[in-house]
Amino acid sequence: MNTIRNTFLGLVCSVLMVPAAFAGTLDTVKSQGFFNCGVSQGVPGFSNPDADGNWSGIDVDVCRAVSAAIFGDPDKVKYVPLTAKERFTALQAGEIDVLSRNTTWTLSRDAQIGLEFAGVNFYDGQGFMVRKDSGIASAMELDGASVCTNLGTTTELNMADFFRANGMAYEPVVFEKADEVVNAYDEGRCDTYTTDKSGLAAQRTKLADPDAHVVLPETISKEPLGPVVREGDGDWADVVRWSLNAMIEAEEFGLTQSNAKTECALTSNPVVARLCGKEGGTGAGLNLGDSWSYDIVTMVGNYGDVYEKHVGENTPVGLARAGSPNASYKDGGVLYAPPAR
Amino acid sequence: METDKSKIGSFIFNRSVQGVFYQLITLGLVALGIYYIVTNTARNMLERGLASGFHFLGVESQFDIGMTLIEYSPTSTYFDSFIVGLLNTLLVAGIGILFATIIGFTVGIMRLSSNWLIAKIAEAYVEILRNIPLLLQIFFWYFAVLRALPKPKQSLELYDSFFLNNRGLFIPDTVFGEGSSIIFYMLWLTIIISIGIFIWAKRRQNRTGERFPAFYVSTALILGTFFISLAATGFPVSFEYPELKGFNFKGGVKLIPELVALTFALAMYTASFIAEVVRGGIMAVSKGQTEAAKSVGLKQNLILRLIIIPQALRVIVPPLTNQYLNLTKNSSLAAAIAYPDLVLVFAGTALMQTGQAIEIIGMVMGVYLFLSLFTSLIMNLFNRFMKVDGER
Repeated sequence: MNTIRNTFLGLVCSVLMVPAAFAGTLDTVKSQGFFNCGVSQGVPGFSNPDADGNWSGIDVDVCRAVSAAIFGDPDKVKYVPLTAKERFTALQAGEIDVLSRNTTWTLSRDAQIGLEFAGVNFYDGQGFMVRKDSGIASAMELDGASVCTNLGTTTELNMADFFRANGMAYEPVVFEKADEVVNAYDEGRCDTYTTDKSGLAAQRTKLADPDAHVVLPETISKEPLGPVVREGDGDWADVVRWSLNAMIEAEEFGLTQSNAKTECALTSNPVVARLCGKEGGTGAGLNLGDSWSYDIVTMVGNYGDVYEKHVGENTPVGLARAGSPNASYKDGGVLYAPPAR
Repeated sequence: METDKSKIGSFIFNRSVQGVFYQLITLGLVALGIYYIVTNTARNMLERGLASGFHFLGVESQFDIGMTLIEYSPTSTYFDSFIVGLLNTLLVAGIGILFATIIGFTVGIMRLSSNWLIAKIAEAYVEILRNIPLLLQIFFWYFAVLRALPKPKQSLELYDSFFLNNRGLFIPDTVFGEGSSIIFYMLWLTIIISIGIFIWAKRRQNRTGERFPAFYVSTALILGTFFISLAATGFPVSFEYPELKGFNFKGGVKLIPELVALTFALAMYTASFIAEVVRGGIMAVSKGQTEAAKSVGLKQNLILRLIIIPQALRVIVPPLTNQYLNLTKNSSLAAAIAYPDLVLVFAGTALMQTGQAIEIIGMVMGVYLFLSLFTSLIMNLFNRFMKVDGER
């Protein structure tokens, strides 16, 4: 019912909203002292609440970085948990200001539904998880399988493409919420569970016996996940885009959460000096203070810090970064930030 | 001049003129409001780069649906996905209404039983089921059903043709071969003749008071003709049996667990309300009616059939209509357990892929509105039919 209510709220908002009267999101956010960040209903490592309701994860840290850049405080964020189905309507209707909820950047979303993608914070791809005792070793053996997944995602289209391209039959079983997908898969309703591989790794931790399941080697799609804002508010999009870029560039130049203070005091490298807010006046163009990128790195961390803390190999999610597209371009990945100058 | 003024005055202060005047103003305001909402929505959508219009209905959907009553594939259009969702909704609502009515009437009559145990069982049923939120009941039945059933390889089977596992219930499909269309024509013909027999029997009884066993005669007619035409055409009917191939059974007819759980939950839940409606209807018929019927020597079952039920139905039908409408609308909770109804398929997947919330939600609301009005219409006709002759 929640979904229906939210969809309705969105509809009513877009029907009744006074035209062209909205001030820039950045100004509104500055004057109200916080902003609303749309997150998932719980994907470990990406956006997940703990027992006290504190959110954490790499998607959450994008919002924390934006908050640090604007307010010099990473916690001026209100988190709004959304289902995959609700998320775009919530953003369009102004219920949230940033959507940071493992959302895939696609043409139709960018061009048709009034969204603007501010970058990519995780390069993902869709995969399949099966029970180990099923003896399946490849996605090509899935002919005739029942496939569990959730609604409102690129996943549904990718699996249709995959099975069609390989001339295989399947039975889609599509749930509205991720938790019900996990439940149904665990109860044996489906032979396989498909979603982004990061999602599989995260949801596997929720299964009754995580070790009894295995993610198949095939990756059947490209899923660049990143933060999204409303179309038509370039200043706000810039703030989100460059908050993310600053995290990536800080890593490229060796500026981490733990060494930022000392590095910034000693540095003679002009790029680092700019990231530290000592030179170049980068804040002015974004309508932020000059210490915006320094605040991001010291308060939230650079991309590598955030990755290792939430989804790295030493976490329950355990996604190796080396050799994946999420490694910095310097290490053979595709993570590359335009220069913050 | 004086008279003109008073004429105008009497025109302005005329009650009915004033009435029309205010109604016109209200109508104008409503029209203005709608105009404002429509133009404003269009402008906002344009400004935010949202696509609008119904062109998307002709575009390939590119997604699959787990259960379809018509031919459907990812190359079908969004409009096809709309029809698939609509038919799935109608299916679950139709079966749900049928079972809810049967269970509801049974439980309602049980509650009035003079047998203490039967009455208490019925009371417990009503009190438990109508007081637990429907969504929880749907989850309960769905996961209870899933957990209880075996995997496909350990299916429960009956005569090698019926299989039950956590992927659903698989039953043989009837395949009608050449020449079988004549059987259907005969079937329809006998059904029409039977309706004629019922009407004639009722008229004759009204005229002469003689009764005619229309039910037995028409049942015999329909079944008899059916079997005779089957034999005459040389049994052109065969069965396709489900077979385990790889992960799942192939062939035959498949009832997915989502459909079973949803129909079951909807029927059981709505039945608890229908039971109360039925009980109320029967109790509304005054005791004097029963006593009068007894005193003219009618037997117990005739009293129920001829005296109590016709009068009770007049009380039962309007609230029963409400319950039917509720069941149809509640079927939209299907999305929670992956039953591909209109809301899940069209207001879910299709909406997400196209982003055209206003058009799609509008269409879905239109469908539920139409279904509700249509059900009301049918029930109102039935109610008129059930009226005692001469009653207004």
